Amino acid sequence: MQEAMIARAKELLADGTVNRVIGWKKGEFAYDITPAIFETPEEINKDFVYDDFTAANVSKYLVKESRREGKILAFMKPCDTYSFNQLIKEHRVIRENVYIIGIPSWGKLDAEKIKSMGVTGILGAQRDGNDIKISTLYGEEKLPFFDVMLEKCKSCKSKKHVIYDELIGEDGEVIDSNRFDMVEQLENMTAQERYDFWRAQLSKCIRCNACKNVCPACTCEKCVFENPASGIENKAAVDSFEENMFHIIRAFHVAGRCTDCGECSRVCPQNIPLHLLNRKFIKDINLLYGEYQAGADTTSRAPLTDYTQDDCEASIVHERGVE
Amino acid sequence: MLRISIDKLDELFESISAKQTLYIPTDREDGAAEYKKYESGIKLSGKLNTLRSAKDFFFPQTENLVDFKMEGKTIEVIDTREESEDFVVFGVRACDARSFTILDKVFLADPVDSYYKNRRDHGTIVTMACTRPAETCFCQTFDIDPTAPEGDVACWNDGKYIYFAWRNEKGEAFLDCLSDVLEDAEPEGIAELNAKTKDIMKRLPLADLSTDSFGGDRLMEHFNSEKWGELSESCIGCGTCTFVCPTCQCYDIKDFDTGHGIKRFRCWDSCMYSDFTKMAHGNPRLTQLERFRQRFMHKLVYFPANNNGEFGCVGCGRCLSKCPISMNIVKVMKALEVKE
Repeated sequence: MQEAMIARAKELLADGTVNRVIGWKKGEFAYDITPAIFETPEEINKDFVYDDFTAANVSKYLVKESRREGKILAFMKPCDTYSFNQLIKEHRVIRENVYIIGIPSWGKLDAEKIKSMGVTGILGAQRDGNDIKISTLYGEEKLPFFDVMLEKCKSCKSKKHVIYDELIGEDGEVIDSNRFDMVEQLENMTAQERYDFWRAQLSKCIRCNACKNVCPACTCEKCVFENPASGIENKAAVDSFEENMFHIIRAFHVAGRCTDCGECSRVCPQNIPLHLLNRKFIKDINLLYGEYQAGADTTSRAPLTDYTQDDCEASIVHERGVE
Repeated sequence: MLRISIDKLDELFESISAKQTLYIPTDREDGAAEYKKYESGIKLSGKLNTLRSAKDFFFPQTENLVDFKMEGKTIEVIDTREESEDFVVFGVRACDARSFTILDKVFLADPVDSYYKNRRDHGTIVTMACTRPAETCFCQTFDIDPTAPEGDVACWNDGKYIYFAWRNEKGEAFLDCLSDVLEDAEPEGIAELNAKTKDIMKRLPLADLSTDSFGGDRLMEHFNSEKWGELSESCIGCGTCTFVCPTCQCYDIKDFDTGHGIKRFRCWDSCMYSDFTKMAHGNPRLTQLERFRQRFMHKLVYFPANNNGEFGCVGCGRCLSKCPISMNIVKVMKALEVKE
């Protein structure tokens, strides 16, 4: 796959279709891959990578990049195309300035998960059937690939590319995924249990803003949390509940726009399952306003910014809030 | 040298925690290690290091500095400082132990930061030698020996026993109080244990990382480097690297209006944030490139310029593991390296 991508990128640079490429650059180890922009075939030959650890969603970078001179080639996994489509819908990217090649994703690995299983001194990693073989300073380890996949990939919603100019490899289908299973488990808890669950998770927050800054739905020019004039900009929590509110409010802000790309949970240094808050909103929107997948298209009316007479009444909050 | 059998570790922790508050690294449900206040039943983590660094004990993420109370036209200034209680931090690695030396240079230099000093005075650091360094470790780049950690007391774990050696008077007094649980021992196996670790250190992927191209006298060549654009292009401007870093020490001081007074607090700041060092006239670093450059220039050039050549990084590798887009000080050093 990587070779095919490199070959096509060089062709498109050579024939002038694009003047640069956004993809991923390999790092010091097997897993520390950085999103990067390549301008020459030499740069691509040297560093371009697409492998089991290439997980970062590049669509948000295109808010800026699509406003620069010339057209940019962007490689997108299925989940990335949903994010990009949603950005088109919100008029945040200039579609014409991006040449999209859809690439398949077979699920990406989570280096932090591998390390949390006690594997350390990682020198290399190689796919071996359904396993991942990891060579380390302390010997070889073999782990089931699925067990050390990113959460976002374990509950993948779609292998289909919803926008592209061309594809490398076959397009997939929308998956009947298990992504709401954990949300259901949380719903089935008592209010106190649910409260305890979220308190334990959200109180780990160190307010690094990685979730908000990586989120393709968070593209405000100036976030209120970074604006001293907003009155709510705080690098410190005023009380022990503030981090909790921060995440709940952020989930509200992206409700109906979050495509469930899972980047928030991928980047959280404290391993908070933030995507579950967003999935709760997605699940509720599906139930109360009809099935809706943000980013699936660029033209439909979004349920939370649209009014129909079938919309649920506000009193639903009271009815559903009863234990 | 003193020692205790690993099976009796609980007795040691009980004995320490009966006298003062004890913090040990322990495993969380998600597999990450974090410092927790010891209470019976809590087990020492086997992980190399904690997710958050040990700087939190001396330089917490937020703290109140002073309160102001308004009544009519008078303002009462309330000093909220309290003498810290004695506490012990157990299991600190050599990298984090060195970070305290770096923080001391900032907070204990004139004018002394009394908030920081209070906690430093009351804290006892018990360090633990490393035996299984990770691929992200590069403490040796900064002349740190993970088999001979600093601190008040240093420990070595050979799998059967934990061996203790005091490093200063505070450490000696601390060990004296534990004579009921510790036994005398010869440090026989330690040299062999350390030799094994040092052999692994040589084979670490970052073993050759050098600081030769950096230092206080390399200001303009690095500041004006054309590589910052490419290095910073994918930075998302979050504060993860700065918040997991054991040596990042920038803070902000703000006033919180409680409605009937003001609480003046300080909190960690991050040079990655768009409002970092924002002043009345505006912001001196308008782009992410400038903010990104600040972090690495601080550690590799500005800090050594002001501190006799000491670098502001200890090679703990936390930023390597945690950066959402895997950009970090190692990649920056390699990109800016001047090949002689």
